[in-house]
Amino acid sequence: MMTTQLVTLTKDRMVVKLEQDVVPFRNRVKEHATKIGMGLVNQTKLITAASELSRNMLRYAGGGEVLIEVVSKGRENGIRLTFSDKGPGIEDIKKAMQDGYSTGKSLGLGLPGTKRLVSEFDIKSVPNQGTTVIILKWKNG
Amino acid sequence: MEKIPILRMGHFLLVTIQVDLYDRLAVNLEADLVQMVNKTGARGVLIDISAVSIVDSFMGRIIGNIANMSKILDAETVVVGMQPAVAITLVELGLPLQGVFTALNVERGMELLRNRIDLDLNPEDDDDDAISDAD
Repeated sequence: MMTTQLVTLTKDRMVVKLEQDVVPFRNRVKEHATKIGMGLVNQTKLITAASELSRNMLRYAGGGEVLIEVVSKGRENGIRLTFSDKGPGIEDIKKAMQDGYSTGKSLGLGLPGTKRLVSEFDIKSVPNQGTTVIILKWKNG
Repeated sequence: MEKIPILRMGHFLLVTIQVDLYDRLAVNLEADLVQMVNKTGARGVLIDISAVSIVDSFMGRIIGNIANMSKILDAETVVVGMQPAVAITLVELGLPLQGVFTALNVERGMELLRNRIDLDLNPEDDDDDAISDAD
């Protein structure tokens, strides 16, 4: 039996601790996306999603770390971002994924909007331990 | 600290955003612009975002805020030059930019503002309607 597996080609890590870290982080994601030849629209979606998630991490958890990976599956390449923080966690993920829901003063578009912008989206959270959000955007997806 | 310049031109204020905004810069722009509208009595605000490659929900909210606050101070806001990829992303993100006028470029944005203000300066048409309605 042949299954196409997800392979990580390169790994890069970045700490997002301050508001000013967001722009350099976005630029780094853009660099990687450009390198694999991702088109402008998909790049913009990915970077916007990355911007939303890094802002969440800053606002609710005082920052965290992002793992930037170039991954490949069969012939398709993509960028996978893993946002990990050691913040308070999300109590009700189902609620947090609803449009218009927010515990802060935002529009509540962050998580559900982000999910719409990427190919794959996964969120795990343990109260009082932290939250991990993984997004993946295929080059042509 | 960086600051985004606001230019005054007749009844209008012009802002060209040439850098990728981080949150503090955007919040400062919001405050500066609303203060300038108040100080100058400007009737219109034109924001050129043709050099902006990312508008996320925060940035979108700031644009909406500027439009709403200016509206209360009797000024219209028009956002011009949005990159197509940004427009596509905004719609998928679910950000409608309500209450904000948009135009393709600076020229059309200025035209839109002028038309809006001309309307305001000639309110007779509205009065006619009101009278015929009352009949």
